[in-house]
Amino acid sequence: MFDTKSTMSERPLSPHLQIYRLPITAVLSITHRITGVILSAGLVLWAVFLMAVAAGEAQYASTQVVLDSTPGKLLLWAWIYALFFHLCHGIRHLVWDTVHGLERNTLNRDAYLEIGGSVLLTLMVFLFALLRS
Amino acid sequence: MNYQTPLGRARGLGSAGQGSHEWWRQRVTSVALIPLTFWFACSIALLPGLEYEAVLNWIAAPWNSVLLLFFIILTTYHTLLGLQVVIEDYIHTPWVKILSLVGIRLVFYFLGLAAVYATLRIVFAD
Repeated sequence: MFDTKSTMSERPLSPHLQIYRLPITAVLSITHRITGVILSAGLVLWAVFLMAVAAGEAQYASTQVVLDSTPGKLLLWAWIYALFFHLCHGIRHLVWDTVHGLERNTLNRDAYLEIGGSVLLTLMVFLFALLRS
Repeated sequence: MNYQTPLGRARGLGSAGQGSHEWWRQRVTSVALIPLTFWFACSIALLPGLEYEAVLNWIAAPWNSVLLLFFIILTTYHTLLGLQVVIEDYIHTPWVKILSLVGIRLVFYFLGLAAVYATLRIVFAD
């Protein structure tokens, strides 16, 4: 539609990402995307996990070694935290879709509530796992 | 100023002529995934240290099987829609974009199929 060279050259630019300190709301927004991509990558591993269980005890043994190892557990809990972060921010998106919670003075407070909520939910599941095992 | 024609506004589809159903399905799957996420997180949190038999029994328990299958289908679709938005936002070279969009579909349909197949195989194994 526009010839980019002739129309874009002399125009002032908006603050560039690299010299612009992102507000908490923007950090959470991009984190929502990043956690989404991380969770997607994790789904590949869950499919492999289910196939390993279906393949039989011998094939599952190597999967079990990974799951019981410290790096495996760290990865599992990082994935669970990403899941709860994505859940909490996703719920805010659903609320925003109803045109609520978009007031300027509550956005930052809600952002910290969201972080607190995701940490709390992860800790609760951790406690649940600790008590059950 | 509104640049849309009255017909365009009534259809509400935007310049691409489609896609609003994907926005809606993203929301529907996310609402359904809220309770399923709690169930899945609590389940996988117990995995470390679990014996093979226990994992088998957990997947084969009737409610778990149904919830797992539902979770797999919804998550696969939700993931596909989410990754599609990321690709559409950041990849602007047409052929790379189309290849990526087709690629994630093939990869996640395959993964979803594998996960469903594995679950059913565990459930119906004697």
